[in-house]
Amino acid sequence: MAVIAPTIKPAIATRLLRSRSDRRRAVFDRTMRTIALLAALVCVVPLGAVILFVAINGAPALNLDLLTKAPKALGTGGGAASAILGSLQMIPLAALMAIPIGIAAAIYVAEFSGTRSARIVRFAADVLVGIPSILIGIFVFTMLVLPFHQFNAFAGSVALALLMIPVIMRTSEEILRLVPGSLREASLALGIPMWRTVLSVVLRTGLGGILTGVMLAVARAFGETAPLLFTALGSRLVNVGNFSKPMDSLPLFVYTNARAPFTVLNQQAWGAALLLLLIVLTINIAVRARSFRRNVS
Amino acid sequence: MVTTMTESPTTPAEPPQPVPPVDGPAIRPTVPPPARAIPEEGAAAAGSIEVTGLNVFYGAFQAIRDISLTIRPNAVTAIIGPSGCGKSTFLRTLNRMHELTPTARVEGSIRLDGTDIMAPDVDPVQLRRVVGMVFQRPNPFPTMSIQDNVVAGLRLTGRHSQAELDEVTERSLRRAALWDEVKDKLKANGTSLSGGQQQRLCIARALAVDPEVILMDEPASALDPVATLRIEQLMAELRQSYTIVIVTHNMQQAARVSDETAFFTMGEERAGYLVETGRTIDIFTNPKNQLTEDYVSGRFG
Repeated sequence: MAVIAPTIKPAIATRLLRSRSDRRRAVFDRTMRTIALLAALVCVVPLGAVILFVAINGAPALNLDLLTKAPKALGTGGGAASAILGSLQMIPLAALMAIPIGIAAAIYVAEFSGTRSARIVRFAADVLVGIPSILIGIFVFTMLVLPFHQFNAFAGSVALALLMIPVIMRTSEEILRLVPGSLREASLALGIPMWRTVLSVVLRTGLGGILTGVMLAVARAFGETAPLLFTALGSRLVNVGNFSKPMDSLPLFVYTNARAPFTVLNQQAWGAALLLLLIVLTINIAVRARSFRRNVS
Repeated sequence: MVTTMTESPTTPAEPPQPVPPVDGPAIRPTVPPPARAIPEEGAAAAGSIEVTGLNVFYGAFQAIRDISLTIRPNAVTAIIGPSGCGKSTFLRTLNRMHELTPTARVEGSIRLDGTDIMAPDVDPVQLRRVVGMVFQRPNPFPTMSIQDNVVAGLRLTGRHSQAELDEVTERSLRRAALWDEVKDKLKANGTSLSGGQQQRLCIARALAVDPEVILMDEPASALDPVATLRIEQLMAELRQSYTIVIVTHNMQQAARVSDETAFFTMGEERAGYLVETGRTIDIFTNPKNQLTEDYVSGRFG
């Protein structure tokens, strides 16, 4: 065995000492870490700031009157009941349209289509998610408002549905893809037809995840303003059930009242903004807590 | 349309083999099973498979070349061979599961009790109720209870009374040697069981739709030795009522559980073919082909 002469190496104690370049590297390391930390803070701070700002300004205005009373004549009080009721009507209708379409499209792409058509549908959905929502509003305006010469809540629901469909479709599709192929095989090997396999095995296994996608889409629809500007328009009247007439929504209420020249209305805008924030935050936190628990267990 | 399966008496089916002596309790229930498409023609005759000139392609790649093989009813046939020789592919063609792979294509004929299962008027969904399958990894439905797993094949294909479902549950779990372990927790989730129990649950699930043939794709390779032993014991019992085809990597297992053995290997361009088939004892002790001898003696593969 060849012997390597150890004599030319310095003592181990010396070799372990920090050199000049090691110290420079340590300083550089600390600097870069600090910069990265600051950047991370910049990402978090706006959320906290927005919540704090809206809470401080909105809390005094978020009272029973705001929740229950209809808007009154300009500048004399009232509440946001028209907007709350409007949101609670238009969003369920939109969800009713978007959920079946979104999930059915996801089933088609994940279970039945070839890779090529799947890629086309997925790409279209991704682009649709990225399209500025005001364009959706204008599109629906020309389709469902212009022909009737009437702003209407139905058009608002359709616009919201168009925004929800790609979100629901993409999240559902991702979830369906996560369902192991072995379950499909197990089901088909029992002589269970494909349609029943998809409904009772695949969809049922992915139900939790699909629900997450639906809730996130609902949260998004709650906050959308632009697609409603040209469609549901907004209204100071409480409209219950008449989808052929204009209808108010929470974000529209915030938009109009914040621009109004009356302090009372500005206050109401803050209150409605806080309400909107609470709704969206609740949905988001509930959904994330659910999926967090699932990931942990 | 599966009734056509009994209408081809012209095909030479193998003469009924004498049923091996029964040591355990009879597994098949004395009450007649629910009406099914294929009437029984004597226990020994149902579930014989005659494969002739089978070629399987995945796109341009040929996975199986010209396999002809007869599978005896009421016996365990083991398919052995090195990895990639088309054992699983062969198994999956027997209940047309290969059709889930879009590029897969099959030539040749597979006759189940005389009926060509590839014929256009044979529905793969119905075929899979007659030719069931158990997979390598236990795959109970995670959203379903133990009982719901067992009766999934019934519940998801038609209406059944709860009494009927209860009866099928117990009968299937008993046949799968799982009843005593789960009878007090039928409502528990199927995935709460151990791996070996899950695999027996999957066997019970396959038995619940009352098949004639059970295909097993390395059913014990994901299990520990004790669970493996239980599955092997189970196969010995099920053989009395069903035709069993098992793919296995484990030669000792093939020697232990099977009556017949077919040895596959790969030829040129990795296409799998049948080297030799016969009684298991002959394949392992007195093989005719040098390749078989090399494989079963551990010199190759």
